[in-house]
Amino acid sequence: MRLTLNIWRQKSPTDQGAMVRYSLDNVSEHMSFLEMLDVLNEQLITKGEEPVAFDHDCREGICGMCGFVINGVAHGPRRGTTVCQLHMRSFHDNEELFLEPWRAAAFPVVKDLVVNRSAFDRIIGAGGYVSVPTGSATDGNSILIPKAESDMAMSAAACIGCGACVAACPNASASLFTGAKISHLGLLPQGQPERHARALNMVAQAAVEGFGNCTNIGECEAVCPKGIQLENIARMNRDYLVGAITYREPQAEAGAG
Amino acid sequence: MALNSRTPSGPIESRWDNTKFEMKLVNPANKRKYSVLVVGSGLAGGAAAATLAELGYNVKCFCYQDSPRRAHSIAAQGGINAAKNYQNDGDSIYRLFYDTVKGGDFRARESNVYRLAQISVNIIDQAVAQGVPFAREYGGTLANRSFGGAQVSRTFYARGQTGQQLLLGAYQALERQIDAGRVKMFPRTEMLDLIVIDGKARGIVTRNLVTGQTDVHLADAVILATGGYGNVFYLSTNAKGCNVTASWRAYKRGAFFGNPCFTQIHPTCIPVSGDYQSKLTLMSESLRNDGRIWVPVKAGDTRPPQQIPDSERDYFLERIYPSFGNLVPRDVASRAAKRMCDEGRGVGPSGLGVYLDFAASIERLGKQAISERYGNLFEMYERITGESPYETPMRIFPAVHYTMGGLWVDYHLMSTVPGLFVLGEANFSDHGANRLGASALMQGLADGYFVIPFTIGNYLASNKFEKVSEDHPEAKAAKAQVTGRVEKLLSIKGKRTVDSFHRELGKIMWENCGMARNEKGLKDAITRIKALREEFWKNVNVLGESNDLNQSLEKAGRVADFLELGELMCADALDRKESCGGHFREEYQTPEGEAMRDDENCAYAAAWEYTGDDKPAALHKEPLTFEYVHPSQRSYK
Repeated sequence: MRLTLNIWRQKSPTDQGAMVRYSLDNVSEHMSFLEMLDVLNEQLITKGEEPVAFDHDCREGICGMCGFVINGVAHGPRRGTTVCQLHMRSFHDNEELFLEPWRAAAFPVVKDLVVNRSAFDRIIGAGGYVSVPTGSATDGNSILIPKAESDMAMSAAACIGCGACVAACPNASASLFTGAKISHLGLLPQGQPERHARALNMVAQAAVEGFGNCTNIGECEAVCPKGIQLENIARMNRDYLVGAITYREPQAEAGAG
Repeated sequence: MALNSRTPSGPIESRWDNTKFEMKLVNPANKRKYSVLVVGSGLAGGAAAATLAELGYNVKCFCYQDSPRRAHSIAAQGGINAAKNYQNDGDSIYRLFYDTVKGGDFRARESNVYRLAQISVNIIDQAVAQGVPFAREYGGTLANRSFGGAQVSRTFYARGQTGQQLLLGAYQALERQIDAGRVKMFPRTEMLDLIVIDGKARGIVTRNLVTGQTDVHLADAVILATGGYGNVFYLSTNAKGCNVTASWRAYKRGAFFGNPCFTQIHPTCIPVSGDYQSKLTLMSESLRNDGRIWVPVKAGDTRPPQQIPDSERDYFLERIYPSFGNLVPRDVASRAAKRMCDEGRGVGPSGLGVYLDFAASIERLGKQAISERYGNLFEMYERITGESPYETPMRIFPAVHYTMGGLWVDYHLMSTVPGLFVLGEANFSDHGANRLGASALMQGLADGYFVIPFTIGNYLASNKFEKVSEDHPEAKAAKAQVTGRVEKLLSIKGKRTVDSFHRELGKIMWENCGMARNEKGLKDAITRIKALREEFWKNVNVLGESNDLNQSLEKAGRVADFLELGELMCADALDRKESCGGHFREEYQTPEGEAMRDDENCAYAAAWEYTGDDKPAALHKEPLTFEYVHPSQRSYK
């Protein structure tokens, strides 16, 4: 099939950027979307033009590195699918497509379709963990976890950190991402000691990074390639609220001996 | 230089405990005076960086992705083995050790494998404590399954995303240390050289992939946890960015390369669909528990599978290996599928595929039960191929998946360059000539969480470190070499794209150093790789600048190294005159076409030493002795 592609080209973070139009022939329906871009890039290089920069790595929908907006929808038209797993049979001959990077103040564009998502790492660093240094664990089966709760935690933990939720949200909120990690750990016994402090610190970090607030629109859930649900945001809000009410200044640690 | 594996002696159960006791410790107050560089942030690197920082060392960690959470460990689906014996089905540390040595076709070091089996139980405990959501039984205990033909249920899993969840556990521990200021993280940064000063690894040269800036980082020790080199075949199940560059640069600075020809070909991947194919997708091995593998009896039978009656189907694994059937180990299953395709009985448009059929299981267990077990995998298959495995059999074909070879390391995981430690898939590892399913995650985390924290402490406490600066001639020379190479790649301005070279190399490797190898093919491949490498340096076209995000330039540097590695792999495959595990030399097979090992002459690990660009690498051999698990012919009949 034949496609017309309008792709956001931006040389550097400070460059203004613009849409550039390309046409591409002989696209096979069995190609993945990124393989289609590979073919375009090979043609551009042969013509002496710089290829389109886009992030990608595993190309099997799990690393979370890829992602851009296709015709206004993060990761494109197929539900529950990252762009690397989106195949060209989802499009038709002579279709015109518009490709843009994630748009959010907290995700500055690096080049073309590549953005900087390091804000997500800092949100995790603010509390998205259980403080358990290597070697200090008890036997795995000494912590019993009901299957239903473990399954719920797993569903929240399936987040791949791609950032589609932020790109789709009119507020550029990172609530689905943040809520997923707060839920994953907050649902498990291992996560209880730090549960409320975790919510306070992670939500505060998201605000520092410049992500907006959640206003219950639900665009994030609609585009999430891993089906992370809105209820995770509700859990985050509850943990945040309890954390805010019960917050006490930390006590000084007593010296030993 | 003689290889010293520093393998301890004494009863195998107490070797690691004794070694730990004999090792020197670094005083808690002194740990912050030492600095360590960790290259790679996957299971091995992420676990090592977090753990060393918890202990108090100054750590810098580097990854080429935009976040440490994206390392390719994340793509592991199936599970992680541990000798917990929670199922009371006869498992033990000794049995896991035994299975791994045998599964590796007697080409791994017994002491290392025993330690791995011992540590496996601690890994599960650590991961659970971190909040890794492993599958559970209704009573709340951890669930297990049997995997890859193991006769006990020792595999722990988190849906089909075990690697993801274990990696996120390590990543979260790492982010905690980054937030605390004990690890400095360098994402989108690639290591391009190793700095060796006075015979010790003291630093690395990196390129910032966004700004193109070249930097020197100095430290007291360097850890490489940079994964495998399966992408030398162009098409593999590895992530697109996986590369050998860090290991290769270290090799050229004196680290020996161990068993480079040992690659694992995974039997259940989605077949290639066209020339544009950029990577291959793995379908979890667990599918073989309920799927039956077959090809038509007649060559050239192009009827759709549903129209081929049972009597005209050849369930070849069940026929050849009646006792293990569809569950034979990976290397055996892959080779059998290749033989069928070579006979002209392969299926699909390319003829390079075999059926994996669920019809019988659906009839026996119901569609619901199959969907509960494999729903997400079936969905993924349908997304990629447009066909539903509920209606029509899956088509699968073997693909490169893992490399057992890697930099040679001793029992302390130290390479032949003092102070350079190598962890996870990047080392030549504990898997011998073939890795069993669910053992890669185990090894990566064992190395990172529980081995390196001890052995690196011993190294640091036993050595004196002169202060070095970026002005040291070795550091300056390494940096100049890196910038020179980048400029050279940009200045060639030839006619061919980097990918076209990579594809051609991959094809040479797959045809001659893939599932079956022979002397003529390997010699021919070496000649062709040399010619291709020469053409690369004359005719590659890399556009753009060096001081910018330049993905073609990144690829070019990696492909240039693959073009050298490919030759070494072929040389190693040529030199090893036997068939073992993933290495199948057509000249050395039984009358039935099974691999024939030569324990008398080939019970060694090959360690190749770089001697110069125009000279052949020098081979050193580490003899392998088997005191506990006595070599026997693997039989799955």
